Amino acid sequence: MAKIRVIEEKCTGCGRCVSVCSFSQIKIENDKAQIMQGCTFCGACVDVCPFDAIEIEKEERKVDLSGYRGVWIFAEQRDGEIMPVTYELIGAGRYLADDLSEELSVVILGDKLENKLQILQRYPVDKVYLVDHPLLGNYRTNFYTKVLFDLVKKYQPEILLIGATSLGRDLAPRVASRLKTGLTADCTSLKVDKEKRNLIQIRPAFGGNIMASIITPYHRPQMATVRPKVMRKISPRGRSNCEVIKVDPDLSGEDNLVNIIGKVREETGVQDLQEAEIIVSGGRGLGKPENFSLIKKLAELLGGAVGASRAVVDAGWIPSYHQVGQTGKTVQPKLYIACGISGAIQHQVGMRNSEVIVAINKDPDAPIFNIATYGIVEDLHKFLPVLIEKLENLSSGKNKG
Amino acid sequence: MHIIVCIKQVPDTEELPRVRVNPEDNTIVREGIKSIINPFDENAIEEAIRIKEKNSAVVTVISMGPPQAKDALRKALAMGADKAILISDPVFAGSDTLATSFTLSEAIRKIGNFDLILLGKQAIDGDTAQVGPGLAEWLGIPQVTYVRRLEIKDKLIKVERVLEDCFEIVEVKLPAVVTVTKEINEPRYPSLKGLLRARKAEIPVWGNDYLGLPLDKVGLDGSPTRVTKVFVPEPPPKGKIIEGDLNQKVEKLIEEIKKRDLLKWLR
Ligand SMILES: Cc1cc2nc3c(=O)[nH]c(=O)nc-3n(C[C@H](O)[C@H](O)[C@H](O)COP(=O)(O)OP(=O)(O)OC[C@H]3O[C@@H](n4cnc5c(N)ncnc54)[C@H](O)[C@@H]3O)c2cc1C
Ligand SMILES: Nc1ncnc2c1ncn2[C@@H]1O[C@H](COP(=O)(O)O)[C@@H](O)[C@H]1O
Repeated sequence: MAKIRVIEEKCTGCGRCVSVCSFSQIKIENDKAQIMQGCTFCGACVDVCPFDAIEIEKEERKVDLSGYRGVWIFAEQRDGEIMPVTYELIGAGRYLADDLSEELSVVILGDKLENKLQILQRYPVDKVYLVDHPLLGNYRTNFYTKVLFDLVKKYQPEILLIGATSLGRDLAPRVASRLKTGLTADCTSLKVDKEKRNLIQIRPAFGGNIMASIITPYHRPQMATVRPKVMRKISPRGRSNCEVIKVDPDLSGEDNLVNIIGKVREETGVQDLQEAEIIVSGGRGLGKPENFSLIKKLAELLGGAVGASRAVVDAGWIPSYHQVGQTGKTVQPKLYIACGISGAIQHQVGMRNSEVIVAINKDPDAPIFNIATYGIVEDLHKFLPVLIEKLENLSSGKNKG
Repeated sequence: MHIIVCIKQVPDTEELPRVRVNPEDNTIVREGIKSIINPFDENAIEEAIRIKEKNSAVVTVISMGPPQAKDALRKALAMGADKAILISDPVFAGSDTLATSFTLSEAIRKIGNFDLILLGKQAIDGDTAQVGPGLAEWLGIPQVTYVRRLEIKDKLIKVERVLEDCFEIVEVKLPAVVTVTKEINEPRYPSLKGLLRARKAEIPVWGNDYLGLPLDKVGLDGSPTRVTKVFVPEPPPKGKIIEGDLNQKVEKLIEEIKKRDLLKWLR
């Protein structure tokens, strides 16, 4: 039942709580605040109320969680290659493990991965759990879930972090539900409360309009998926005293429910938007699909990935995995160059946390200029060729020099 | 064939910037933020109706939420769904994705036979994408997430899953849970006939007196995660417009890129 209460004697009906409720679950009736069913007990109203008129009852459950120890990170591999997000997780995990004075372990599932061990051993991890099996070469939800679940049950980590990739966001909720533990999606910041040993998980919600801080107080492990490119990658340290634990998975009871028939690759050499440090995006202002070649050329020159607005994805100018925004990808590169994109709110929520935003648009009133670090009011068909040419000159100069 | 679609009512994105209301500004908001069906869930409804039109199926739409979520269900009926059920009870308030997927799974068990469960890839308020896989786990059936194309082949579906840089083609036995992306289809507008039918339709409300779920598995008590704080992030510093003629603008931009050390080969 709801454990939030308005103390009517104290409430003046000022409405401050109404305006801070991100979920629109407070209304003023007869000059008193009234809290509706959709309340998530986030406490924003309690903090803002100048009259201490709202109370959330904090239950204290007694549960023994001391059997759970150590920080685990899930190392994602595709086609036998360890994904970059793994090294970001090792970085974040090391920090948390040190804070808790616990071990950091890496779990990796795959087929014929022995040769990857030496790579992992160069990183500051204490243990590697290696699960090598022919059924684990390609990611399949049920096999991976079974293996990860069994491992967690046996070794009982306190924290388990998984990259918020398409794989991670498929796997993590399945594992968390089987463990009946909490899972916080797509975190952008993590720290620990050393005293209570709670993982404080910070993540954007409402398209980044608000941030939420989330804990999992009475369940272990505490699970989170972590947005790629946000945590700093750790560099190898060349120490190799980590222990390797080879695990034989029990997949006997598992059917192959999902059959991977193949992959469709509409283009080659596509850079993953969420991993890219530089993104050049094109919108309807390009005029026609062929003009994406300008975007691609600039992206290539900068060593970046190609992004797009929904308008051009819908128009079929470019495949959908390039789409940035609310219904596309949320990206956070160092440099985002928006060309011929108006900057609708749905586009903004996907890219506004980029470190530097450059916008090229001929309309000085385009909303993209509200969030651009550098705004350039210009026709992109004139601007981009000159930019490309100058950069080409600079880069060839560098190569010769 | 019986298809169940799970939908959620969410605040309209166009109104998201209003979440940035200044707490010092104590003007009372007259009414709540406008609500819509979560955009991806409209795609899920549309896909279910298309399957129904091709293969003859019954489409049931369910939503867990406050009483006003009936509006979302009514729209789904107007689009062409056959039945709608609202799962609503004060004891379900404060559910996180584990409790939500549990409650939905129990409602689905109560509904009984089903072949396919469709959901949106994620809800735009929480952006978690966790309810679909959670639901599949509670029901003990396979899942395929981020689907952009779906084809029914008897007791099997063939789907295309969106990955980071390509699409994966996958076959799954039914019953299964599928979460869909925006590009799977273009949701239709309700027809006049649909709207009329939906207006008159009876939408049953299932509370916990009907579902009889243990109180420690639903709502806040059934939710392992706790939101301890929400806050508004610092708005990014206002940018500047680069002035000058075409060449100067290009030069200045390159200068800024250099200054900020954004390009490895340009220092
Ligand atoms: C539920 C929902 C979800 C959505 N999700 C997304 C999403 O994930 N991502 C997304 O991007 N959008 C999304 N949208 C769509 C979004 O609202 C906009 O329609 C879309 O972003 C517009 O794309 P655009 O900027 O390319 O096109 P437009 O809005 O048409 O803008 C084109 C811009 O190009 C400029 N321009 C034209 N010619 C030139 C030129 N020669 N030189 C320079 N500039 C030029 C124009 O001034 C204009 O500002 C969503 C919408 C809805 C309703
Ligand atoms: N309360 C709910 N009632 C019905 N369906 C829901 C509910 N919450 C989430 N869903 C479904 O689960 C999907 C993913 O939501 P989420 O995990 O919250 O991002 C949504 O697109 C909906 O299809």
